[in-house]
Amino acid sequence: MLIEFALIPVAGLLAVSLAAILAGGRPSISAPVYGASAILCALVAITGLAAMLGGGVSTTVLPVGLPWLGAHFRLDALAGFFLVVVGLGGAVASLYAIGYGRHEREPWRVLPFYSAFLGAMSLVVLADDAFSFLVSWEVMSLLSWALVLAHHRENENRRAGYVYLMMAGFGTMALLLAFGLLSGGSGGYAFDAMRETARTPAIAAAILALVLIGAGSKAGLVPLHVWLPLAHPAAPSHVSALMSGVMTKVAIYGFIRIVFDLVGLPSWWAAMVVLVLGGATAALGVLYALMQHDLKRLLAYHTVENIGIIFIGLGLALAFQSNHQTAGAALAFTAALFHVFNHSLFKSLLFFGSGAVLTATGERDMEHLGGLIHRMPATSIAFLIGCVAISALPPLNGFVSEWLTFQAILISPELPQWGLKLSIPTVGALLALSAALAAACFVKAYGITFLGRPRSKAAERAAEVDRFALSAMFILAGLCVLAGIFPGFVIDALAPAVASLVGGQMPTQTAVPWLSIVPIAESRSSYNGLLVFIFIAASATIAALAIHRLASRAFRRSDPWDCGFPSADPATQYTAGSFAQPIRRVFGTLVFAAREKVEMPPPGDTGPARLHVTLRDLIWDWLYQPVAIGVTVAATRLNALQFLTIRRYLALVFATLVLLLMVLALWS
Amino acid sequence: MELIADLAVQGVQMALVLLLAPLLTGLVRKVKARLTRRQGPSLIQPYRDLLRLLKKEAVLAHNASWLFRVTPYLVFAATWVAAALVPTFATGLHFSWSADLIAITALLASARFFLALAGMDVGTSFGGIGSSREVMIASLAEPAMIMITFTIALIAGSSQLSTIAAFMLSPEAGLSVSLGLALIALVIVAIAENARIPVDNPATHLELTMVHEAMVLEYSSRHLAMIEFAASLKLLLYLSLIACIFVPWGLAGHGAGLGAYAFGIVTYLAKLAIGGVLIAVFETSIAKMRVFRVPEFLGGAFMLGLLASLLLFVVQSQ
Repeated sequence: MLIEFALIPVAGLLAVSLAAILAGGRPSISAPVYGASAILCALVAITGLAAMLGGGVSTTVLPVGLPWLGAHFRLDALAGFFLVVVGLGGAVASLYAIGYGRHEREPWRVLPFYSAFLGAMSLVVLADDAFSFLVSWEVMSLLSWALVLAHHRENENRRAGYVYLMMAGFGTMALLLAFGLLSGGSGGYAFDAMRETARTPAIAAAILALVLIGAGSKAGLVPLHVWLPLAHPAAPSHVSALMSGVMTKVAIYGFIRIVFDLVGLPSWWAAMVVLVLGGATAALGVLYALMQHDLKRLLAYHTVENIGIIFIGLGLALAFQSNHQTAGAALAFTAALFHVFNHSLFKSLLFFGSGAVLTATGERDMEHLGGLIHRMPATSIAFLIGCVAISALPPLNGFVSEWLTFQAILISPELPQWGLKLSIPTVGALLALSAALAAACFVKAYGITFLGRPRSKAAERAAEVDRFALSAMFILAGLCVLAGIFPGFVIDALAPAVASLVGGQMPTQTAVPWLSIVPIAESRSSYNGLLVFIFIAASATIAALAIHRLASRAFRRSDPWDCGFPSADPATQYTAGSFAQPIRRVFGTLVFAAREKVEMPPPGDTGPARLHVTLRDLIWDWLYQPVAIGVTVAATRLNALQFLTIRRYLALVFATLVLLLMVLALWS
Repeated sequence: MELIADLAVQGVQMALVLLLAPLLTGLVRKVKARLTRRQGPSLIQPYRDLLRLLKKEAVLAHNASWLFRVTPYLVFAATWVAAALVPTFATGLHFSWSADLIAITALLASARFFLALAGMDVGTSFGGIGSSREVMIASLAEPAMIMITFTIALIAGSSQLSTIAAFMLSPEAGLSVSLGLALIALVIVAIAENARIPVDNPATHLELTMVHEAMVLEYSSRHLAMIEFAASLKLLLYLSLIACIFVPWGLAGHGAGLGAYAFGIVTYLAKLAIGGVLIAVFETSIAKMRVFRVPEFLGGAFMLGLLASLLLFVVQSQ
């Protein structure tokens, strides 16, 4: 029953896109398109919430797609949860875009694709057979590619679109092969048939590898992340928010659906692979993010880090599951899903904020920003909440999911396999490192962009953005706070989805006194976001009131002190590059092969001194560059085959046929 | 009855840390002065400084934002809440379940996050240099602290500080290599987190060597008082943390009598005094290191923490 309620608004989204195409994407239809998308996405989210809390399964078959197969759709608790993520993210992004979309110079390059992109993401989550899954996945990829190219006149964006298209095609091909292996010899494309098929460990391993490539490349798992920081920032900001906050989550859904649901019981080394990839992704993602000075690219790299954190949670869940420790698996899986939800909130919020900055100043480069806290007061508050949340600081939501992941690590020493014993603490250390570096990264992002003095005329003249954009940001900021101080409700809402996949769930949290969260037992660990929030708010307020009352409340404005040498020139401030310099010195030579070269003018010369910093993406150099070179070399060699006469072509066809027949004869 | 006792213990603890923190700072300064053959200010000089600062008019830069004015109170509040949750003289803190050691570490990280932002608010070069170096130090000190937490939580079977202290008091707790590694790492982290020599110098006024002090350079009067108070509280917090994990003797158990509480307070004061003297002796006997030596120092703590928890993971198989 619920599935129809979910499919109707999805069909509505596709219809809105069609209407936008028919209307030719005129600027005047921008507000109606985004308004309709917002309402339809809200309906999708509500249906998802109902499915997620109800925990039931509802399926349907539509007579479209392959003639003998039809399109199977299914809405269970897991799909419900991801439908909430897609619907909520889509609704808020559409609300934001009602205002933001007005600044779009070429709306006909965005509007026709936008709603269908949202619809396709919902369909991936709802699909219940390989064919509909892959078609929805590919449509989602292609539409997002079209949106990335919305501003195609910038060279950088064209390159981003090209790399994205290559990676998306490669990823879908891997998924196609994975589904081929999943359906086995019987050729059952429906997920139900795949669940019942038995497989050998070798096949299961091949499936895992293919899914890691297919879903991992879409999610941004290292080393398949290279397209993500190019493509996500290139799109208009509300689409960037959807790509980073929602589409990566759809990829995570694909991974969970196949690995946890369709393949069957995992083995411990599969868990180890996922854990190690997750740990590497988290640490490398945040280090890359720290080195960026383009605000949107910084956020995109940060998505890579958060995907790593989610994969660490999933890897832990696999590790516990392979050893039949249901309680641990439930804890780790809940942590992963909680982080999926959290990241969809704060990453969308931060991309909206960067979009607001872009609207107000026309700048994405932090080196040209500064002092926006005075000119965009509301945006700066929402962005600050997003920064605190993503830096995993209590009492906001990012901390809760990382805390749960740490708790899962703390109960893992009982796992018997040596590989896990050595990799889990190491991955824990990487997680701790990336959490701390994330805080450094967002001190930089916020401090350089919003604090200090304006570094350009554009930043000086910035003005606050419209109400739609602000309300979208504050909805998400509010949800970040609520999920942080009432985490028990989120955990309980996730319980049916967790139970359906790992066969157990965390203890009911809302029954715990004072709304604490207790993963295993209170004697082991507990955390209470609400009390921490109240304590901090109360003691800060009491301290401020008491001091203002009893001691002094007087203040006056003056020039800054700056050790007696305040300079009026904003160029004397720290820049994004100089802020990250100490961390670049610590990690840079190892991770980026960072080189610094100082050119000093000779004594007496008043010319400028220069500092050249070069950073290289070693993964790009070592993994992608050789592949690109190989493809180019092969293509050049084969180029000769393009200019043959018809006789030679016929000879070639004949030779191939003979060769294949011989192979076939020898094979049997 | 037990609830009232627990609440009373919690209340006394909150007041106690607030009252003792400046005294500890005063003690360290006094001992350092005596060791370098100076008279030194009186023990209660930090209280006088705080009162004097509180009564003064605040001077704000023209472009200081609301964040700059709110941060001192937030930093003070977060540090105070964290310090109130570390057992000092008794384990039965009523609210100890509201945050475990990971959450306490993260609370301190929240305080630092805002302080680092405030350092960049006015847009001066010193504020920037301070913030930038502070987050560099924190980005290694925090993971080291998490690894130490892992180690201790794996030994005690809990990351809840009251439970850890109770476990360390019980006969089950014994000596182990991991515990020793964790102690060394924790001392290194405590030195770095509190901006003590050799990582940073709380008394320096040579600008380029400052980290923490450069970050709060623009603060004056009541705002500065809050930040200094928070710094004293943090020093007290780390000493209490080391004391309650590694030398828990004298801690009053859950629901103990008045005599036990009194004994707990006396032993706590003794531990603080010893800790304060040790800091002073250590600081006078060592030189400050260059800022880019600090990552190696802290990386050592991080690796020790990782090694300690790896050992525990390996041992638990038998």
